[in-house]
Amino acid sequence: MAIKLEDARKVAKLARIRVTDDELPAITNNLSAILVFMESLDEVDVEGVEAMSSVTPMHLKQRTDNVLSGDRSKVLSNAPDAREGFYVVPKVIE
Amino acid sequence: MSVKLNQLTIADASKGLQNSEFTSVELTKACLEAIEDASELNAYCQVSADIAIQRAEDADKKLQLGESYPLCGIPVGIKDLFCTKGVSTQAASRILKGFIPQYESTVTEKLQQAGAVMLGKLNMDEFAMGSSTEHSTYGAAVNPWRANASTTKLTPGGSSGGSAVAVAADLCLAALGTDTGGSIRQPAAFSGIVGIKPTYGRCSRWGIIAFASSLDQAGPMTKTVTDAAIVLQTIGGHDSKDSTSAQRPVEDYLAMLDGNIRGKKIGIPREYRVEGMPEEISKMWSEGVEALCSAGARPVDISLPHTKYALPAYYVIAPAEASSNLARYDGVRYGYRARLSEGEGILDMYEKTRAEGFGAEVKRRVMVGTYVLSQGFYEAYYRRAQRVRTLIKHDFEVVFNEGIDAILTPTTPSSAFELGEIEDNDPIKMYLNDIFTVTVNLAGLPGISIPATLDKRGLPLGLQLIGRPWEEGDLLNCAVALESAFQFTSKPINWWSQRRGDETNG
Repeated sequence: MAIKLEDARKVAKLARIRVTDDELPAITNNLSAILVFMESLDEVDVEGVEAMSSVTPMHLKQRTDNVLSGDRSKVLSNAPDAREGFYVVPKVIE
Repeated sequence: MSVKLNQLTIADASKGLQNSEFTSVELTKACLEAIEDASELNAYCQVSADIAIQRAEDADKKLQLGESYPLCGIPVGIKDLFCTKGVSTQAASRILKGFIPQYESTVTEKLQQAGAVMLGKLNMDEFAMGSSTEHSTYGAAVNPWRANASTTKLTPGGSSGGSAVAVAADLCLAALGTDTGGSIRQPAAFSGIVGIKPTYGRCSRWGIIAFASSLDQAGPMTKTVTDAAIVLQTIGGHDSKDSTSAQRPVEDYLAMLDGNIRGKKIGIPREYRVEGMPEEISKMWSEGVEALCSAGARPVDISLPHTKYALPAYYVIAPAEASSNLARYDGVRYGYRARLSEGEGILDMYEKTRAEGFGAEVKRRVMVGTYVLSQGFYEAYYRRAQRVRTLIKHDFEVVFNEGIDAILTPTTPSSAFELGEIEDNDPIKMYLNDIFTVTVNLAGLPGISIPATLDKRGLPLGLQLIGRPWEEGDLLNCAVALESAFQFTSKPINWWSQRRGDETNG
């Protein structure tokens, strides 16, 4: 299905990717082309067919909820901004 | 001209090391020199020479004490998608700029424990999304192969393009790649090497930067099928840190490689004979069938009726999973964070970081994934694609239940194309590269690409064998039979060397 500029703007917003007005037409065209490409799936009769989410049917194994590793300084070592053992982000609540 | 150390296969180098003909340090230095001399190919994005020499010295000590594991002392290259402790890992993305993992992925850890020597990290398409290694923050990797009498630079394929280049140009003895829709097999075919994607769940995905979790698998890219068996044997097996890794024993692949395929039934799927298939590809395919017949196997015409829906289903499912997996790159915990202006808040940080950090193809796929998972479209796109996936897997189950042992197809619809040939605004054209390989990922099967022949332009073409789930040993054995029938020994002519008087590669 071809989409409109406004649909592309909305999807970029949902994906948390900033898109300028200049970029929007090209992105809309690209997304439309890809979505049109997917349309052939509509030809397939999927009535009664189970949706497949994993290759091998398996029960996910569980373990006790213990911390196995987690040296705080190592965890934070790649953060763009960390202070006093925490990640630092811009103000969230006004 | 005598064979240089870096040109050896794992099997031969291992013999040389065991017999003390040379040391791992010498072997490693030969690779490091070759890497330095091949900057033109842009295969490595990071060379960890100090770590390599250290590990080679350790391996030499073990070898002196009688260590006989075939990977001990063998220099390998690692795709930039694998987390390697203390060594920069970026998935070829700007958004992971500066990321230094504090841990080692399970499969690279296994290689290390086996005594393998990591030379560095290999170029790729950003987050493994692409078929040309052009979508990389490090710039494109370049295929060592060029067409006859041409100086035009070609793509090595992708996304594991750097891995393919490194193996083809002898910048390592073997490399690790990952394959979500063909990312090991397509570049292997374009570069004249062997590449195997194991059964989904054969190798642990822990510590591998996730693209599409229900499709991703790691696998070896090597000079020979025997070498692929050696590496796969080492990296396979259950891992408690990846709940989708299978609790199944890893067979002794090496011991299964006798090349005897007498009586095996090889399926030839008619749906893969696509319209407009180049003459040379179909000729190679026929030669592959003949080769297997001569070895005593029996070709069987089979049908995989949902094949043509595999590509669209894949391009719904993979981006959907990617959009979810890549949500973690938000500028908070690692990598790149955009510079904010006065008054900008956390949403601005997310949006600017992701806009500046992701490349065009990654953004495209994240947005497609977001769209097909969004309210109102989830059923029509994502659920439908998952159902079609069930049908694609079922197609394979039917033929395997009928006694087919392996399936033979071409790996790619063409040989390597020019860098820049497929324009960035034509994503579908790029996606068509995966037409013969994605079905295997959707069904979770093992698939291997073997170099078969050169086309009339002098570029390598590969054949793909698809195996039964968990039967990599049998698959590798079929591949060995094909390998010995085709005897592909061509190497690219060395045009990239900076050194004078070093014009040939072997």
